[in-house]
Amino acid sequence: MEEVARERSNLAGVRHILLVLSGKGGVGKSTISTELALSLRHSGKKVGILDVDLCGPSIPRMFRVQDNSVHQCDSGWVPVFVDQDKSISLMSIGFLLENPDDAVVWRGPKKNALIKQFVADVAWGDLDFLIVDTPPGTSDEHISTVEALRPYQLLGAILVTTPQAVSVGDVRRELTFCKKMNLRVLGIVENMSGFVCPHCSECTNIFSKGGGEELAKHAGVPFLGCVPLDPQLSQSLEEGRDFIQEFPKSSAFPALAHIAQQILDGTSQQSS
Amino acid sequence: MAELADGPRPQECPGSSSAQAGRAAACQGCPNQGICAAGAAAPDPAEAAALRARLRAVRHAVLVLSGKGGVGKSTFSALLALGLAADQAKQVALLDIDICGPSIPRMMGLDGEQVHQSGSGWSPVYVEENLGVMSVGFLLSSPDDAVIWRGPKKNGLIKQFLRDVDWGEVDYLIIDTPPGTSDEHLSIVQYLGAAHVAGAVIVTTPQEVSLQDVRKEINFCHKVKLPIIGVVENMSGFICPKCKNESQIFPPTTGGAEKMCQNLNVSLLGKVPLDPQIGKPPLLEHFFESKVTGTAT
Repeated sequence: MEEVARERSNLAGVRHILLVLSGKGGVGKSTISTELALSLRHSGKKVGILDVDLCGPSIPRMFRVQDNSVHQCDSGWVPVFVDQDKSISLMSIGFLLENPDDAVVWRGPKKNALIKQFVADVAWGDLDFLIVDTPPGTSDEHISTVEALRPYQLLGAILVTTPQAVSVGDVRRELTFCKKMNLRVLGIVENMSGFVCPHCSECTNIFSKGGGEELAKHAGVPFLGCVPLDPQLSQSLEEGRDFIQEFPKSSAFPALAHIAQQILDGTSQQSS
Repeated sequence: MAELADGPRPQECPGSSSAQAGRAAACQGCPNQGICAAGAAAPDPAEAAALRARLRAVRHAVLVLSGKGGVGKSTFSALLALGLAADQAKQVALLDIDICGPSIPRMMGLDGEQVHQSGSGWSPVYVEENLGVMSVGFLLSSPDDAVIWRGPKKNGLIKQFLRDVDWGEVDYLIIDTPPGTSDEHLSIVQYLGAAHVAGAVIVTTPQEVSLQDVRKEINFCHKVKLPIIGVVENMSGFICPKCKNESQIFPPTTGGAEKMCQNLNVSLLGKVPLDPQIGKPPLLEHFFESKVTGTAT
């Protein structure tokens, strides 16, 4: 019965599901989700992003589709396509708000109900990757998302941190969450890792350096790389541009491309 | 803030503020089951009285909020508390209600400290004689311990913090919050009902991806009738220590906090640059004190 339900479900055509997590807020989960989707798209993959940050949904703006709305079809909700290509599709509460400034002031049970709907009722079609962008923490959204995705083949989780101790401290707790929920950790990304001054090329470790790499070593999980602070990346996200396509010479590009390559290598190893 | 329906409670009702509220076998069929299960029921009268008694001793409570994560709420809360406590005559309390990601202990150099119980309640951890701190971080025995709790349990702990922590007489209670507009935020506003809440300081960074969340937070404040003291724009530019040129790492593509504050008619308290050494307390103290003493008189 469960097998049949899985086959007919809206996630039946999704080959790999991965979560982007962090115990800490503002470390770049949505940024990494976005850039990973763009990189995978550039490798010819079809990608979906499910944004389960209900209070602070960042994904729509990062693709310049914040004014779009969601339509229904027979199998449920049609995700929002980023362009004519239809190679990246999105679902976020951002598309359901009448006014973008409306606060979603919901307690846990209401959030849980929408997340269950997001997991079951979005007609993704065939996707190579579904990336699930999450809010910071280890609470309702995270528990509900993992539980709702349990029947499906979850590839695992990417954990994002910034280098300094106060972030790493929270991400350690997120690692415990992953362990308790039986969620495989694909690796840790150290974001905002150093800033190279565009005027004089001096590198300043504004948020310290190395904490993410050390944590990966300590926890025995893969380290996916350091992404530097890059004003062009910030600008690109603000404007909903395709950073991977338009800024291949920018300082964050090599690291972001490398992260995507490791994910691709991991999945092709799995299938062989 | 949810009103329980009038009428008889079920036999063996566990109580609307107990950990079993809404979940016990006796709760099946009770019209208040949903409200209780969400932890949204107002405290019992006895509990409300206990909360009122503690909060009567607080002269000004300030919430530090942001819709967005990682903008510097905890940094700001810590520096604000330190700045206010520089006046030895003031008693300052710093309460960290970020249950999943408690940053305050580390920021205040209190890693590894534990909470002690006394006859009068939980003792805060003192940084200075006039600055006490409380956080779930002090209740965890290992840095790897994760607090994997749904809303109702988080609400329960926040209530306990307010009811059971023996701060004594406090001039300023600074409350550091997690990002968002959810259980923790609703609960703290609800439980603080009895206190004099000076208002909220909202922290943001300059870029639109933060501001879009902060506008929601401002709306939240209006919805729950929480006065807004003002907005702080953090990580506002970076001066290279070598060549002294400024870079906008988080660019204010839509006018930054300044434009947002103009549009929404809230005060901009100040802009704090990115500084690897971390901020400057007198600047924050000056902006804050002038606002609070202004509203208090």
